[in-house]
Amino acid sequence: MSFSINVNGENKEVDVDADTPLLWVIRDELNLVGTKFGCGVAACGSCTVHIDGQPRRSCITPISSVGDSTVTTIEAIDTDVAKAVQTAWRELDVVQCGYCQSGQIMSAIGLLSENAKPADADIDSYMQGNACRCATYHRIRAAIHRASTILEG
Amino acid sequence: MIINKDANNITGSTTKLATPAAATSAEGMNRRDFLKTSSVLGATLVIGFGSSGSLAATADNASAADFNPYVRIHTDGTVHVIAKHFEMGQGTTTGLTTLVAEELDVPWDSVRVEFAPSNNELYKNLLFGSQGTGGSTAMANSFMQYREAGAAARHCVLQAAAEEWGVEIGDIGITDGVVSSGDKSAPIGDLVSVASTMPAPDKPVTKDPSQFRLIGKENLPRMDSHAKTNGSAIFAMDVKVPNMVYAVILRSPKFGGVLKSFDASAASEVNGFVDAKALPNGTGVAVYAVSTWAAIKSRRAIKAVWDDSAAETRSTATMLNEYADKLAAAPVYDVTGNDDFNTVREQVRAADTAVSAEFSFPLLAHAPMEPLNCVIEPTESGVTVHDGCQFPALTHPTVAAVLQLPPEKIEIKTYYAGGSFGRRANPDSDYHAEAAMAFAVLGGKRAVKVVWTREDDLAGGYYRPMVAQRADISIGDDGKVSGWAHQVVGNSIMKGTPFEGFAVHNGIDNSSVEGISDTPYKLSNFSVGLTDFETPIKTLWWRSVGHSHSGYAMEVLMDMAAEAVGQDPIDFRLAHLDETDEDNARMAGVLKLAAEKSGWTSNRSEGKGMGVAVHKSFGSYVAQVAEVSTNDDGAVSIDKFTCVVDCGIAVNPDVIRAQMEGGIGYGLGAVMRNEITLSDGIVDQLNFPQYEPLRLADMPDIDVHILPSAAPPTGVGEPGLPPAGAALANAIYAATGTRVTQLPMVKHGIKFA
Repeated sequence: MSFSINVNGENKEVDVDADTPLLWVIRDELNLVGTKFGCGVAACGSCTVHIDGQPRRSCITPISSVGDSTVTTIEAIDTDVAKAVQTAWRELDVVQCGYCQSGQIMSAIGLLSENAKPADADIDSYMQGNACRCATYHRIRAAIHRASTILEG
Repeated sequence: MIINKDANNITGSTTKLATPAAATSAEGMNRRDFLKTSSVLGATLVIGFGSSGSLAATADNASAADFNPYVRIHTDGTVHVIAKHFEMGQGTTTGLTTLVAEELDVPWDSVRVEFAPSNNELYKNLLFGSQGTGGSTAMANSFMQYREAGAAARHCVLQAAAEEWGVEIGDIGITDGVVSSGDKSAPIGDLVSVASTMPAPDKPVTKDPSQFRLIGKENLPRMDSHAKTNGSAIFAMDVKVPNMVYAVILRSPKFGGVLKSFDASAASEVNGFVDAKALPNGTGVAVYAVSTWAAIKSRRAIKAVWDDSAAETRSTATMLNEYADKLAAAPVYDVTGNDDFNTVREQVRAADTAVSAEFSFPLLAHAPMEPLNCVIEPTESGVTVHDGCQFPALTHPTVAAVLQLPPEKIEIKTYYAGGSFGRRANPDSDYHAEAAMAFAVLGGKRAVKVVWTREDDLAGGYYRPMVAQRADISIGDDGKVSGWAHQVVGNSIMKGTPFEGFAVHNGIDNSSVEGISDTPYKLSNFSVGLTDFETPIKTLWWRSVGHSHSGYAMEVLMDMAAEAVGQDPIDFRLAHLDETDEDNARMAGVLKLAAEKSGWTSNRSEGKGMGVAVHKSFGSYVAQVAEVSTNDDGAVSIDKFTCVVDCGIAVNPDVIRAQMEGGIGYGLGAVMRNEITLSDGIVDQLNFPQYEPLRLADMPDIDVHILPSAAPPTGVGEPGLPPAGAALANAIYAATGTRVTQLPMVKHGIKFA
């Protein structure tokens, strides 16, 4: 089937089965490989993208459900919150293997976009679905606080 | 592939190095390949170790043919470091570049890194004698080699300046990439052409540590931070080459099952399905499609019949009973070599003050975030293997053997690896061999990308072995250990692999008993026994290998022994370390600093507990103090870890701290709730929900301290893990009175908040 989706501000035509997860459309059809495959069952968060500004697990989002929504991936996210998060991640050298970090960053942007000053408990709860086997969590928490401070100006 | 800080595609800016296979061919170096290569390098200064091991400078001329680079300096001043170790997050790309940049005195932001090609001679791990990353050896074996490579380049640059300016070499300095002497100065890149004609020193002079500017520097940004925060870092999973077909493998649900037949007729109905082929060794069916999703869907539609006559059909519960039987019997191997295991055990059990405990450790999957994958791409004369390649020395000959190609026809391109924890280094090179088979049976004309799903990964074997241990300890009137009989039952990782020669002696696989038999503690009448357990389930080194279980057992036992004589756990440990011995002094050093930094107290307060553990592994010493608290329901929160590490000279302190944090987290998640179990031979855990990783909310606050040291650098990737579980277990005991010796904890009476 043919689908027209808006990804990173551009309309794209893809010809895939209706049940194809958005993740594989982004990666295999559109060659945007910053969004990662980790589990395929929304249990690790590596595939997190923004759909209409909200973090979503693209691995369980069928292409048929995307419709007119706007999809934003790690390659194109450039809001002030996004820049603050990326800056904080670099200042604190959060990454290790880095494979989950696109998803971590997309979730952290979601958190800070709706809660500019999250408490530890807010971070625990919002970031719970993003797994990191390198266990960079200690720095992820610190970087979210740091990004919050950057945004305060 | 060159890793720019903003690498945004996988094909751009690729510099062709010497054909890697040249050095692994029977004929050795292929001179013509190198000549061809050197013309691509252009006006650059290349410092490398020749096949004889000597250092030499080479440039855009025929002499470049004899060398393969570690360091390349461009005329624009950019310095490329060729990393012989892969990057799985442990920080090697930062570490190896630090060493070169230190000796060259160039600015950090002028340094780039690229992964070395497969070349077992030029890029061997000096501790292994073959090209590969593991055993927390990357910095330990490279520390002098990469510094000398940088120092040799520096010497050539200084010679060039001396000649150009007519000054003494001793009067020339380099600061931030600018070479200067008196009123003369030039950016390093301006001197590259002349420097490349200068003879490199036989033995380059490296800096005195007092002159270190980058080694030991705080806040030196990681080489890979930028690309890994904007989606541009490329992993093997991201590789797409022309005309590539995607494949997943339908494997036997039971370990050791062999394919009898399969029916792919329903798969041909799936859009994008290309083909399905039996792998020639009977391990599975390769299912090919035009996309990853189509391959996954097609596989679901295929029915296969397996011959389970040689398969593992037992349940892990049944196996545990067999472990218990072996533990009750005399051990097969006397590890400590005095042939006195039974005598010591009888003496210990008869003693007035005796401590006994039995431990069990489950199978564990590595579960790196990037599921295994590998691309085999046909080239004009052979293939290119695209992989987050941890051990080219294993992968290269494996792919050659499967494809029946001479080694020089195979090129390995290494990408960032999305974690490994040991899984990507495999004596069988299992996923590479499988990808090569999938490529071959499709005809060998079309690039094939084999992708593992998370389900494949968890059910795919190569686990941390299941291990059972029992220790009987007696304590004398002086309050010190007077006898210790420690028996281990587990399956050998090393037997039957190319590593058997150095890891197995007199039938004893050292990796089954490391951390016990070589404990730094001074223990009287110490005897260790080992019995192997046989199973078709493949096992493998899992972050810290044998220390992943021995560290837990030893340090819980030390706590139990301390308690038996009413001593403080830290005092008791120190009493078994002889600080006149350098090794023991370093162990005591981290322990004492951990006590100080954590505000150690063995006094219990209601619902709170502190636990300590200290362990030496991979040459490094790590002490940790865990702090836990319990809520009204008795559920445990892990509040804080204080960690002290002595890993010799700390090259990148923040990378070391990150590895301690990660080692603690990886270890905690496993002891808390991870296990791979089998029911009638079939793995019970399907995906992360059944093999739940540590989550952010589980992560304690972590305070890492690095003990200053002038000793040569030792490992940091693994040593943070072994004490973590034991420190937690000892803290839980202090808070709750529950002693956990069977893992995972959640299956044995512990609830976490």
